[in-house]
Amino acid sequence: MNKFKKIFTTDSYIIPFVAIVLGFLVGAIVMLLGGYDPITAYSALFTRVFGNLYNFGEAVREMTPLMLTGLAVAFAFRSGMFNIGADGQVMIGMTAATVVGIKFAALPGFILVPLAVIIAGVCGGLWAGIAGYLKAKRGINEVITTIMLNWVALYLSNYIVRAFLLLPGQNRSEDIPASLSMTFLNSLFDNARLHWGTAIALAAAVFFYVYLWKTKQGYEMRAVGYNPHAAEYAGMNVGRNVVKAMFISGVFAGLAGAGEVLGVFHYQSVFAASPGYGFDGIAVALLGLTHPLGVVLAAILYGTLTYGSAGMSFAADVPPELIRIVIGSIIFFIAAQGIVRWVLKPFYFKRKKEKVL
Amino acid sequence: MDLQTLGQLLNTTLVFSTALIFASLGGIFSERSGVVNIGLEGLMMFGAFAAAVGGYYAQDAGMGEWAPWIGVLCAMAVGVLGSLIHAVASITFKSDQTISGTVINFLAAGSTLYMVKLLFDGSAETPLIDGFNKVAIPGLSKIPVIGEGIFNSYPTTYLAIVLVIVIYFVLFKTPFGLRLRAVGEHPSAADTLGVKVNRMRYIGVMLSGLMAGIGGATITLTTTGTFGHNTISGQGFIAIAAMIFGKWNPLGAFGAAVFFGFSQAIRNYVQLFEWSKDIPQEFIFMIPYVLTVIVLVAAVGRSAAPKALGQPYDPSKR
Repeated sequence: MNKFKKIFTTDSYIIPFVAIVLGFLVGAIVMLLGGYDPITAYSALFTRVFGNLYNFGEAVREMTPLMLTGLAVAFAFRSGMFNIGADGQVMIGMTAATVVGIKFAALPGFILVPLAVIIAGVCGGLWAGIAGYLKAKRGINEVITTIMLNWVALYLSNYIVRAFLLLPGQNRSEDIPASLSMTFLNSLFDNARLHWGTAIALAAAVFFYVYLWKTKQGYEMRAVGYNPHAAEYAGMNVGRNVVKAMFISGVFAGLAGAGEVLGVFHYQSVFAASPGYGFDGIAVALLGLTHPLGVVLAAILYGTLTYGSAGMSFAADVPPELIRIVIGSIIFFIAAQGIVRWVLKPFYFKRKKEKVL
Repeated sequence: MDLQTLGQLLNTTLVFSTALIFASLGGIFSERSGVVNIGLEGLMMFGAFAAAVGGYYAQDAGMGEWAPWIGVLCAMAVGVLGSLIHAVASITFKSDQTISGTVINFLAAGSTLYMVKLLFDGSAETPLIDGFNKVAIPGLSKIPVIGEGIFNSYPTTYLAIVLVIVIYFVLFKTPFGLRLRAVGEHPSAADTLGVKVNRMRYIGVMLSGLMAGIGGATITLTTTGTFGHNTISGQGFIAIAAMIFGKWNPLGAFGAAVFFGFSQAIRNYVQLFEWSKDIPQEFIFMIPYVLTVIVLVAAVGRSAAPKALGQPYDPSKR
């Protein structure tokens, strides 16, 4: 019990919590300034997510790619890199899963589906690996390469769908026979599009934790992320670690793509513009303090807020964009911990005094 | 392709480059002072929004051709205000600069669209406004190709080109520029010599908000005429790429911005080339991004970022 209490009273847990409260407060103030009723709006937000099984299932579906892209960005962060390219890696993963799902449709399902998922992950990893390789070998800033690769991925995916997989007369691929849907849960949740990708995402979070904190390779990766010069001096191969870290990061994003096409849509559209998964991933990774457990919790929060925001606009007429202000403020308060500490100062003081007594 | 089309292609290239030039120049100010600015996208959004709204009300008030300039002024002001969030979090509270930049992107996307819906009865886009007209420079605009291409452009394009030179001069030939760069390279040394590190960084970040704000304004006032959710869509990130590609140098960033602008412009003209019929359009769209990576690999190599980029300045750690 004492240990439990300690977990929830240490700084690293209090600050995100207070940041969330402050973020909601900022949202409420913005709503009041706009002439809306924040209490109706927030309660509509949560009723939409937790009000019925279908919407709850859909909210979980929404959280799944967020978890994986959040893990992708967080993993790269831990290894000292900023992966802005999760978006492109998701698209490459989607395309790989679609290609395998359609072109190898003759294979039995229990081979086809895992194959499509694995190849999607590997392709996402290799796509990110390009940026890692260029950073390791040529010292090219990964921010610029991943931004460029996002655009290349967008056009490459569109080309592959249009040239090889197109459903005649439509702007999307044929239907994919392989499926990650969880049929037994779908009927339970009123046909919400739940799929096995959620389980994959949770497994990825466990892998993230075990790999980074329980293995020697993970230790090296963190060392390189913390201080590449010291790591090199200690005899670690910095370049190899950089490539490996980007690869693993990209695998997470690629799996997110597989989940979306095999579990949710069952086809792939031609994208008019970047779908934005990667940018949500950056927010989730930052909200989760780049820790796997934090990322999972952050994805739950982020998914709840974005999915619920539609309910907010039905019930209280509040533009759903408001939720981005709330999320932005939460990240701001997490980042600017000085402000949160300042807000908390009177409480800390009180607690110390109690101890003296 | 005849000469006139070539001139038009050059002209469109510059129109698309203008916003990128402003924003990447802004990024240079911030990053040269040692503060990463991943928030250029959001700052451009603030600017585009303010220009659309300010321009609309100014036009409504009968200010005629001065209205777009009011829009630009609003964009500058809102850009600076937006950048202050980044400055306070990352300089005063020493938080991670990547994170507070991301915050800007989020707050901008949320608050601008929220305001648009609030101001215009739930509409997702601002009303269409007139924006800038092209101004032909007497004499010069008669030169073949270049006249049509450069000397018959929007005033913002002229401003951007002039600012590239002015900012290059300011950064590398004036005491202010020296101090700004010193603070980004070696803040403790600069501090020892009496430069106020945090103050310089505030100035750098605020100038980046100002410039990115104008960049966003250019998009609403010359290309789209309105502001909605996809008005900016990735331009800020391209501007970051242009800044890095140009090695944090105004002239380099200018070149990179024109390169990306060309890539956007070529889409409108690509069907004029006979050979383009055999190549899927996606591959043509890809060219600039692939080419950027190839150029980086082949010629540019290691990025020369300011040494103290991303590190909050802590005087006690000298």
